[in-house]
Amino acid sequence: MGWEVVIGLEIHAQLATASKIFSGSSTRYGASPNSQASLVDLGYPGVLPVLNREAVRMAIKFGLATGCRISPRSVFARKNYFYPDLPKGYQISQYELPIVYGGRLDILLEDGGTKTIGITRAHLEEDAGKSLHEDFHGLSGIDLNRAGTPLLEIVSEPDLRSAAEAGTYMRTIHTLVRYLGISDGNMQEGSFRCDANVSVRRRGDHRLGTRTELKNLNSFRFVEKAIEVETERQIHLLEDGGVVVQETRLYDADKNDTRTMRIKEEANDYRYFPDPDLLPVVIDDALIEALRGELPELPAAKRNRFVREHDLSEDVASELTATLEMANYFEEALRAQPDVPAKRIANLIQRELTAALNREGLSIDQSKVPPEQLALLAARIEDKTVSSSAANVVFEELWQAGDSGEVDAVIEERGLKQITDTSEIEAWVDEVIAANPEQSEQYRGGKDKVIGFLVGQVMKLSRGQANPQQVNQILQDKLRD
Amino acid sequence: MDNESTRGHEARVIDLASMHEATIAQLAQALKQRKISSKELTEHFLERIARLDDDLNAFITVTRDAALAQAEAADARLAAGDGTALTGIPIAHKDIFCTEGVKTSCGSRMLDNFISPYDATAVARLKQAGAVMLGKTNMDEFAMGSSNETSFYGPVHNPWDRETVPGGSSGGSAAAVAARLVCGATGTDTGGSIRQPAAFTGLTGIKPTYGRVSRYGMVAFASSLDQAGTLTRTAEDAALMLQSMAGTDERDSTSLPDPVPNFSKALEEPWENLTIGVPDNFFDDGLDPKNAQLVREALSVFERLGARLKDIHLEHLHLSVPVYYVVAPAEASSNLSRFDGVRYGHRAESSGGLTEFYMRTRGEGFGAEVKRRILTGAYVLSAGYYDAYYLQAQKVRQLISQDFARAFEDVDLIAGPTTPTPAFGLGQKVGDPIQMYLNDIYTIGAPLAGLPALSTPCGMVDDLPVGLQLVGPHLSEERLLAAAHRFQRETDWHTRVPPGYVD
Amino acid sequence: MPLSQEDVEKLCLLARLEITPEELADVAAKLSDIVALVNQLQAADTAGVVPMAHPLDRAQGLRADRVTESDQHERYQRNAPMVERDLYLVPKVIE
Repeated sequence: MGWEVVIGLEIHAQLATASKIFSGSSTRYGASPNSQASLVDLGYPGVLPVLNREAVRMAIKFGLATGCRISPRSVFARKNYFYPDLPKGYQISQYELPIVYGGRLDILLEDGGTKTIGITRAHLEEDAGKSLHEDFHGLSGIDLNRAGTPLLEIVSEPDLRSAAEAGTYMRTIHTLVRYLGISDGNMQEGSFRCDANVSVRRRGDHRLGTRTELKNLNSFRFVEKAIEVETERQIHLLEDGGVVVQETRLYDADKNDTRTMRIKEEANDYRYFPDPDLLPVVIDDALIEALRGELPELPAAKRNRFVREHDLSEDVASELTATLEMANYFEEALRAQPDVPAKRIANLIQRELTAALNREGLSIDQSKVPPEQLALLAARIEDKTVSSSAANVVFEELWQAGDSGEVDAVIEERGLKQITDTSEIEAWVDEVIAANPEQSEQYRGGKDKVIGFLVGQVMKLSRGQANPQQVNQILQDKLRD
Repeated sequence: MDNESTRGHEARVIDLASMHEATIAQLAQALKQRKISSKELTEHFLERIARLDDDLNAFITVTRDAALAQAEAADARLAAGDGTALTGIPIAHKDIFCTEGVKTSCGSRMLDNFISPYDATAVARLKQAGAVMLGKTNMDEFAMGSSNETSFYGPVHNPWDRETVPGGSSGGSAAAVAARLVCGATGTDTGGSIRQPAAFTGLTGIKPTYGRVSRYGMVAFASSLDQAGTLTRTAEDAALMLQSMAGTDERDSTSLPDPVPNFSKALEEPWENLTIGVPDNFFDDGLDPKNAQLVREALSVFERLGARLKDIHLEHLHLSVPVYYVVAPAEASSNLSRFDGVRYGHRAESSGGLTEFYMRTRGEGFGAEVKRRILTGAYVLSAGYYDAYYLQAQKVRQLISQDFARAFEDVDLIAGPTTPTPAFGLGQKVGDPIQMYLNDIYTIGAPLAGLPALSTPCGMVDDLPVGLQLVGPHLSEERLLAAAHRFQRETDWHTRVPPGYVD
Repeated sequence: MPLSQEDVEKLCLLARLEITPEELADVAAKLSDIVALVNQLQAADTAGVVPMAHPLDRAQGLRADRVTESDQHERYQRNAPMVERDLYLVPKVIE
């Protein structure tokens, strides 16, 4: 009824540094409680923060990849509030002078078009620890291993206009930070978190409505659902004559709704001021250019290049460039068999390989079939040594065999070589036509579809080894005679 | 007792019973020549502490056993010819410096049960040099005060007159050195907390350039103002201690990368004819006329030595107290948020929720002055007030700093009184914070601009010491120490001993 | 402009400092005095002046990204008032 939703996303990406942003503690996930909490992380009296060079470099790379301006001078500020997972009673973050700002990112829309989403800023800050709510005689337990892990907070302009767009934007950022190698984007482990700011307004109205902040969105799906459900809630509220309250709400995945979060502290007056323990971070052009040189080919550019150079559709190119690892696998495979059409190799990756990886919960780095073998299999399909369906079987064999798998050996051992000998096929076709007079008549009578059944019969006779296209052709020829 | 203590390192028979009269420089010679042992020295001072500190309350913790162990180790080093000037010298640390395995209380109930797991960098460096720590000295709670009356462990008494304050916040260090309970002590100075007690107790107190000494392990009060320094009886001794303490520290982002010059060597450089700026700001109505007289006499000593005096005016200096009382509480309010009863320190019994837990713990752990400053800090940083107070204060701070920089284009040093009056009575100002704050009026400017400054004794008023303050441009500790040293060769105020503490 | 007792109570909550009802009036009065003192700053002409956050005009140093700390939780937790299973205990955090 003429409503429009306006969404902005705040994404916190944990940076993949070895040590924390202000201390030399490890950032490794899963360590035993408080085993990675140094005096600096614990906020002991007298300790001081020292800035991790790699965190700065990673933030700048993100800025460069999104066309941001890099602040020549950026400042760390203290965000003051009390919470048990915040040892110093303040978080070192950035406020007025973030390290990068004013960028943008293009996202692919469902209809194939692109939309540019503004990136207001991205800044560095330290992560807090974790509260474990297991009951310790009515108390909570605090683990500070995570306290001090570097975060890049990426804030978008409120340019998103649907839950789907928000999901796409989030996925695009997710892919980008992994391409850049600045974050592993692991949402289960909490290294990629998202909050959404949602408001609605009547179409045509240029003012922004009151927004709510949605937290606890730890998957792409939840982000979209939460936004949808919150949008509905706000619209109903306003249509009933109510008012949207500016507040923080949590998404409940079980109930698929949002609820008010109990306010942690009454007035969130963070009393930001520049952290006197840290000097301004000065970034010169030399560093910026050096880092620009280190940027990998970015996802959008790689996708476009795949479309152009390898004659792939946008969709396929998108899938192949979803992760840098997959794109690299693809290109390695291409290099191994430069004469094989890219589509053929892409197909094997998208179907057989992806299915196997998903089945065993592996990432493409852990593929049991190396790119050269996959490419060779594609070549064998291309030169008709095996049929597509037989290729499936070969792939599984290769997968089970792991490193020792070799395409030609498997084809040989399993007798999967496709039969292309015309006279052999003609013999089978004759047999099938003779054995199935009814269907043959039906085909001759104009029922084209029945050819499928007949082809199937020939394939059965040939134990799947006859080349299906030839079978089809020969059947048709003979039936028409 | 004559001026021997300022005449350098002549071999002198050290009378064991009066080892405490000797300076660090003299004791260093005696130790090196094995005329005395660190063990003897340490025992001597420990005995004095045991006998004399009850009336002064200068110490919060005396680390007897550790001190004796350190003394033994020092003696071994000296025997091997492996010592430095500080090896075997008994010192004390203000209880704001983290000392590994030793209680570090900051004069507060909040840290009454806190044993530090690490050494502050300044402490580690002095330890490395072989200095022997006798204990941790009393101080105003979390360094907030100018009289050492806010300590959880009770006030410190000035050895010159035990009914008067020793100054603060490094009151314990000052009293201990002045009473000859240790040879020298560390202190910290944020608004004058080394220089003012030095002035009240007849000592040389130096606050180096901001960043000269690492703040790592020095519990933070106001991060952009705090500096570690020393309280000693002579400039020569200050040079020795500072030499060990100073230098860049990768664990303190605000520490300076500049190399540390040889401060002791600088003392002996030929005297250059300095131009000394005397701000009329310092000679205002608040200055006790007797103090003023002594300071002017001190300045004429410099003239006799060839210095040229020049009247200057620091345009915004009158705003230094308001600037300080915005910036320091603001930073302190944030720095002290970590004291919440969760990971260390005082924890209240509390049956309520989280907020009540925090409020009770911190309400119980902090004293009244600290609470006032935290609340002031929260106020000046809060939404709606930040621009008018915090931002404005930082701007005026810039102006004050520029005033000093401009002045230093024409003069080599700036001089004036350290304090408006000599030591005041215990309990006299404690009820009026503003009156207490105005004590800092001459000392506050230097930390705002990050400048090094020191106080050296220049006379007595009613048997109480008076200090002369010297302020220099950034990284001019050599010039300051040399000027004080020269002054101390011409005068003997720094050799006076509080009555009752001679033996 | 003097601080009311209500102002002080809000500040106490913000700073998590409990003061007793008896102390409240005195604290309000003393804080008001301090605010009066610092109000002198308003008279200064600071147009175009850059606020000074640091006394030195230097840039932040950068640390190499290396793990230099080891697990010291046993030692550090000796100071902790309440620890169980290596976790610091606090009144329940409700969300």
